[in-house]
Amino acid sequence: MGRNPIDLVGAEPGPARTVLFDGRPVPALPGQTIAAALWAAGVLAWRTTRDGGRPRGAFCGIGQCFDCLATVNGRPNRRTCLEPAEDGDTVTTQEGHGHAELAI
Amino acid sequence: MPNSRSESGRSAGAHPAGAARAGGRPYDLAVVGAGPAGLAAAVTAADLGLRVALVDAGARIGGQYYRHPAPELGAARPERLHHGWSAFAGLRERLAAHAGVDHLAGHHVWAAERGPVWRLHTTHGPEAADRTTVEAGAVLLATGAYERQLPFPGWTLPGVVTAGGAQAMLKSGLVLPGRRIVVAGSGPLLLAAASSLVHAGAEVPAVVEATDYLGYAKGLPTLLGNPAKLVEGARHGATLLRHRVRLRRSGAVVEAHGTDRVTAVTVARLDGDWRPVPGTERRIACDAVAVGHGLVPQIELATELGAATRTTPDGAVALAVDAEQRTSLDGLFAAGETCGVGGADLALAEGVLAAYAVAGRPAPRGAVVRRDRRRAFAELMAAAHVPGAGWTGWLTPETDVCRCEEVPVARIREAVEELGAGDARTVKLLTRAGMGWCQGRMCGAAVACLSGGPEGRADSRPLSCPVPLAQLAEPPA
Repeated sequence: MGRNPIDLVGAEPGPARTVLFDGRPVPALPGQTIAAALWAAGVLAWRTTRDGGRPRGAFCGIGQCFDCLATVNGRPNRRTCLEPAEDGDTVTTQEGHGHAELAI
Repeated sequence: MPNSRSESGRSAGAHPAGAARAGGRPYDLAVVGAGPAGLAAAVTAADLGLRVALVDAGARIGGQYYRHPAPELGAARPERLHHGWSAFAGLRERLAAHAGVDHLAGHHVWAAERGPVWRLHTTHGPEAADRTTVEAGAVLLATGAYERQLPFPGWTLPGVVTAGGAQAMLKSGLVLPGRRIVVAGSGPLLLAAASSLVHAGAEVPAVVEATDYLGYAKGLPTLLGNPAKLVEGARHGATLLRHRVRLRRSGAVVEAHGTDRVTAVTVARLDGDWRPVPGTERRIACDAVAVGHGLVPQIELATELGAATRTTPDGAVALAVDAEQRTSLDGLFAAGETCGVGGADLALAEGVLAAYAVAGRPAPRGAVVRRDRRRAFAELMAAAHVPGAGWTGWLTPETDVCRCEEVPVARIREAVEELGAGDARTVKLLTRAGMGWCQGRMCGAAVACLSGGPEGRADSRPLSCPVPLAQLAEPPA
């Protein structure tokens, strides 16, 4: 019996891609979403809330809750549980409402 | 960005700001959702000679139940994370072989419009041109469900995830939120999720179920008519036993502990009304919590048009359908969880029946019997897991109810007790609970309960998912 998900399903993914999360390289297997790659790297939080500045990450995993928002390649408010991880993607922790850099 | 890559079936692709039709004419049927109900309906309808558009938000067919890794992950045995995989494999083959079905992957339907023909407005990316209007003579809503959540102190900590979310991320991304995961809430999904998690190598120190399961005993004839459901339950039970997972009935996670992420939970025993029993608290160390309190049908595309609904025995709102899966609106059909949560078998049967109805053909007797038995089981299941009113006993004034707008219990109670709000809508206007990104999908049940109003009320969401303004501004195709 597999003791990790990759072994359980006999997965033989191609070479990992690299996503930059807050400047730090994180491996992403081909076909994984950004949220999945972050979970695999042990990262559970990539957003802080608007009022309390509290950490949040993926909650529902299916695009319903919007807790997993992050800034991806300069676009804020992307749902990382729906967003495929592409090589070289830049993911940054989204603070507050995510539009700070637009000064509005 | 969502894409229109298609794993099977022909892809109708992206028609920039245009309309998707079959050979210049509206499709005979547009199916929204490619889970068990939608897939069964699409291939059956195509078998019956209809031209079908299968419109789905996912990158791959399967919906949440048959969610599976992307082909690039090279999973040799995806079925190890499923049961009923052979049914899916069969549907996938039939879909791939059918020229009569166009699969629009990564297309989120944000509104449905009635008229001489039905028009489904979809978005499939952030750019102005990433929109398509699908035209069809009939529409089948097979959009499934999402999880009902009841808040508890600490439920916003990273590492606390939905039970279905943990399962979804595992099935598609082959990842776990932690190594030691407490599974909690209510409903059969908990057993399925816990089984998947231990199979994938997680330690599950406890499955904490709020009910005592005695509700099922009231429906003995229904249980005997659904032996497959009993086998399924026994199978999950055996897996949990083998992995020494403790199933605690009549219990709940009443608090999650940690600062930046969850490090432990407090579990308490509940009375018959789900009120925590003082003095029964016990702390369990963990690095993740998978939690859910049943499922809620996702039906806003239909309710926005005024389709009739019914309240299921667990207080959720589902579409009302007749024996042929017709909603109250001409040309609009529904199948699967949208008609009341009941599992994949029921969804498959209802999808088949809906396809026959759309084609104007008499329904196969076998599918009718299967649907009726599984639907009876679904009602029994919903009644067995109806949340008790005492769950509010585990809240503190600081507990966030609305995750998006960070609205705590105290503000909602103030709206009810001091400002006179008597229903969820008034509470929403006074506190912003339910006005954030998720539009109340996560907090709706809890806010309704705390407001003293009924939960069983259809939500109104004119746009069922976020749409870039540039796409809204485009003139209709």
